[in-house]
Amino acid sequence: MTSDTRKPISEGSEWTFELIEEYNREIGKIAEKYQLDTYPNQIEVISSEQMMDAYSSVGMPVGYHHWSFGKQFVSTSQSYKRGEMGLAYEIVINSNPCIAYLMEENSMTMQALVIAHACYGHNSFFKNNYLFKTWTDASLIIDYLVFAKNYIRQCEERYGVTEVEELLDSCHALMNYGVDRYKRPYPISAAEEMKRQKEREAYLQTQVNELWRATVPERAKPQKEKQRFPEEPQENVLYFIEKKAPLLKPWQREVVRIVRKIAQYFYPQRQTQVMNEGWATFWHYTLLNELYDEGKVTDGFMLEFLQSHTQVIAQPSFDSPYYSGINPYALGFAMMQDIRRICENPTPEDEKWFPDFAGTDWVKTLHFAMENFKDESFVLQFLSPKVIRDFKLFSILNDDHNTHIEVTAIHDDAGYQLIRENLAAQYNLSINEPNIQVYDVDITGDRSLTLQHIQHQRQPLADSASEVLKHIHRLWQFDVHLESIQEGRVEQTLHCPEKPKPSFDDEIMLAQLGLC
Amino acid sequence: MTYVIDRRLNGKNKSAVNRQRFLERYRKHIKGAVSDAIRNRSITDMDSGEEISIPRKDVSEPRFHHGAGGRQTIVHPGNKEFVAGDKIKRQGGGSGSGAGEGKASNTGEGNDDFVFQISQEEFLNYLFEDLELPNMLKKKLLGTESFEYKHAGIVSDGTPSKLHIVRSMRTSLSRRIALGGSSRRRLKEAKAELQSLLEQSYPHDQKHIHDLEEEINCLEARIRKIPFLDPYDLRYNLHVKQPAPSSQAVMFCLMDVSGSMNQIMKDMAKRFFVLLYLFLQRNYKKIDVVFIRHHTSAKEVDEEEFFYSRETGGTIVSSALKLMSEIIEDRYPVTDWNIYAAQASDGDNWDDDSPLCADLLKSKILPYTQYYAYVEITPRMEQALWKQFEQVQEEYGDHFAMQKIMSVDQIYHVFRDLFQRRAA
Repeated sequence: MTSDTRKPISEGSEWTFELIEEYNREIGKIAEKYQLDTYPNQIEVISSEQMMDAYSSVGMPVGYHHWSFGKQFVSTSQSYKRGEMGLAYEIVINSNPCIAYLMEENSMTMQALVIAHACYGHNSFFKNNYLFKTWTDASLIIDYLVFAKNYIRQCEERYGVTEVEELLDSCHALMNYGVDRYKRPYPISAAEEMKRQKEREAYLQTQVNELWRATVPERAKPQKEKQRFPEEPQENVLYFIEKKAPLLKPWQREVVRIVRKIAQYFYPQRQTQVMNEGWATFWHYTLLNELYDEGKVTDGFMLEFLQSHTQVIAQPSFDSPYYSGINPYALGFAMMQDIRRICENPTPEDEKWFPDFAGTDWVKTLHFAMENFKDESFVLQFLSPKVIRDFKLFSILNDDHNTHIEVTAIHDDAGYQLIRENLAAQYNLSINEPNIQVYDVDITGDRSLTLQHIQHQRQPLADSASEVLKHIHRLWQFDVHLESIQEGRVEQTLHCPEKPKPSFDDEIMLAQLGLC
Repeated sequence: MTYVIDRRLNGKNKSAVNRQRFLERYRKHIKGAVSDAIRNRSITDMDSGEEISIPRKDVSEPRFHHGAGGRQTIVHPGNKEFVAGDKIKRQGGGSGSGAGEGKASNTGEGNDDFVFQISQEEFLNYLFEDLELPNMLKKKLLGTESFEYKHAGIVSDGTPSKLHIVRSMRTSLSRRIALGGSSRRRLKEAKAELQSLLEQSYPHDQKHIHDLEEEINCLEARIRKIPFLDPYDLRYNLHVKQPAPSSQAVMFCLMDVSGSMNQIMKDMAKRFFVLLYLFLQRNYKKIDVVFIRHHTSAKEVDEEEFFYSRETGGTIVSSALKLMSEIIEDRYPVTDWNIYAAQASDGDNWDDDSPLCADLLKSKILPYTQYYAYVEITPRMEQALWKQFEQVQEEYGDHFAMQKIMSVDQIYHVFRDLFQRRAA
C-alpha cells in the first residue's frame, strides 16, 4: 500500500469524543468480520482518580463500604503516585451493556487499544464463554450491586458500622468457600431480591428455629446409628452458614448471602484469567494490526501501541527479580496466537499433537476454544510443544520427604505431556485452594461445627487457617473444629475457641489415678 | 451498539469512605507513626503529610491457603540449564520450609510493610487528636469583613434576581384553584344539566336551554379571566447578613538565650513552639506570633533572629515578662484577643529575680492570658525559678502549666500532657 492511499483516522495523540466514536466504529467493523459477538458497549471516560476508585472496588462499579476496599485504594494510589505502576488501561465490567473505562489522560492510541481489548475482546468473552453463560447474568448484576450497597448501608444505620464490618470481615474470609461449583444458581435480580428478602428473613428464622427445636430434645432417645448432619459434606461453607447457623439474625443471613452472591459472580473470572486476558490481548493485537493494514492508523500509532503491547505480554523468567509467576496475558496471548498458527501453517509436530484442528479455519477453532473451556482445560487441550519451548517451561517437584527439589520435566519431547498436565493443575482452583467442607454439626450435643480439610498431596494448611477459624466461629457462634485429613486419618485438628491444654495439676491427678 | 459517556464530572471520591474506614481501623499504628515523625522531622516541615507503615501481617485478611510442605509441583518459565532429573539443593533449611520460588506469589503475603501516605490535614488531626485548648475562645464580633449571607426563608417581596420560581408557581397554582373552584363546579353542573335537557326528546324548554348556555359562557369567561400569574403569587429568597464571629489569638514565645542555653536546647524549644503554633492554628482563624528573647534584658525580635542569632550573658527572666505585659497593653486589648504564651528556659535565673517573676505572672499576666505554658529544658535539678513557678501553678492551675523536657523525644508527650482533654 503506498503512502498516498493511506487515510489515517487521526494523526496526533490527542483524543476527542468524535475520534473515539470513529475508532470504535472502525474497530467494530473488523470485529464483526471476525464474528466477535458482544453485548452493547458502554464506554465511560473517567479521570485517573476515578480510575483508582474503580480499581479499588475489585471490579464492582457499585460497591458497599468496607475498610478492605480502602486498603486497596490506599495502596493503589500510593504506587500510582510514586510512578511504580501505570493504571491498568482496562477495567471492564461483566454487565449488559458491558461497561469499559477510558482514562482521560491516555493518548488516542491507548484509547483505541482499550476499545479493542475491552469492548471487543473481554466483552465477547463474557458473552460467549460457557462459564459466564452458566453462572452469571450480565444484565442483572448492576441492579443487584445497588441493592446490596443499599441494604448494607441500612444495616449500618440500624446496627452500627462496627457490627456490620465485623460480619463482612468474617464473610470475606470465607468468600472463596461461598460458591457452588456444580449447581447452577438462580439468576439474581434486584427487584426480585428485594421482594423476596423480607419473606426470606421471616421464613429462614422459622426454619432455623424448627431445626434446633426439633433436634435438641431428641438427645434423650439414643439413636441406633449416629446420623451426621449434614448428611453429605457441604462445599459451600457460606451457604451452609447462611441457612443453618443457629444464632444469626435475619439481616446477618442476608449479608452473608450478599457476599456469597458476589463471590459466585466472580467465580468464573477466577477460573478463566489466562483465557480471558489471552483472548482480549489476541484481539486487540489482531484488530489494531488489521486497522493498520487498512491504512486507518499511522506508523506512530503502531509504534506506541506495540510498545505498550510488548510490555503487557512480557514474561520474566523464574530467576528474574521481576518474576511473580506466569503472566496470564503472556501465556494466554501466546496460546491464542499459536492456535491461529497451527490452523494456518501446521507443522508435522502440530499435526501429530492436534490432529483435530491443525489446518482448519482458525476463526472457528479459536471461537470454539474460547466458548467451551476454562483455564485448566484450555491448557490441557491447547498448550502446544512450541509454546512450551518458547516459554522454556520446566516443572519442579518439591517433596518434603526428599532432601532435594527435583526437576521432573523440561521443554523436550519427554516432558511436554507432563508440563502440560502440571500447568493445567496449577490453574485448577479445586487443587489450588485447600479443599475444605462442612462435615458435621453436633446437633444433639454442643452444636459444634466440624469442617474437614482433605489434603491434596499432603499439603498442609497455612498458618492463617486459625485466623479464618475465628471468623467462622464468629458466624457460627458455637465451637468450630477443623480436621485436616491425610489419607483417611486426621493429621491435625484446629479448634476455635482453642482447647485449653490440660493443666499441670490435671496431669498429676491423671498420673496418680493411673498409679492407683 | 455503543454509547460513549463522559463521566469525568461525576464524583471522584467514591473511595473516600472506604479509605476513612481503613484509617480508622489502623488508628493505633498511625498514631504511633505520627508521634515518631514529630521526633525525627526537621522543624520546617512539621506540618506536611506523613508516610505510615504498618506490618503486612496486621493488615492481611486471612484466607485458607496451602502452607509449605507436602508434595508441591510448580511450573516455571525461563529454564536455562536444567534437564529432567536434576536435583537442586533446598535453600535455607530443612524439609518443609523450602517452598520453591513461586510460592511467594501464591500466598500474596510478603514481608514488606504496608506503606501509605496520609495528607497534612490528616496528619495534624492525628497529631492533635484528643487535645483541646484550655479556657476556650473569647469570641469577639469584629468589623465588616466577617459578615456572611445566610438563607433565611422565603418572603413575598424582593428583587427579581432572587425570585423563587418553584414557590411562585406553587402559589399561583393554588390561587387559581381557589379562585376558580366554585365557578368550575357550577360549570360542570350546568353542562350536565344542558346535556340532559338536550337529550330529552320532548319539545325543549328553549328558555331554560338558553339561560344555561348564557351561564356557561359567563362561567367560562370568568375562569378565563383568572390571571395565570399575579404579583401576589411571587415569592423571593431571603438572604440576611449575619455577623460571623471570628476569633483571633496572639501567641507569645518567650525564650531564654543566655549563655547557658545551647543550640540543642533552643532547637527543642523551637519544636515546642511550632507544635503550639500548629495547634492554635487549628482553633483560630488569625494568629499573631510575638517573639521575645531575653538574657539580662528582653527584646522583641522576628522569627529568624529569635531562633538563630547568638547572644550570651546572664539571665533575668522578669525582663521578658515585663516586656510581654507591655506589649499586651499596647497592642492586644484583652477584650479582642485570646492570649497564649509559651516560655522556654533552662531555669537558670538570677536568684533574687525569681520571686519577682512569680509576682509579675500573678499580677500582670495570668489574669489576661488564656493559657501560659512553661517548659524547662534541662537535664539538671530544678532551680529557684521552678520552685517559684510551682507556687504560681498552685494558685492558677487552670491557666498555668509547667513541664520539664530533657530530650527531643519527650516534646510531643509533654505537649500532649499539657493539652490533654480534661474530663468535664
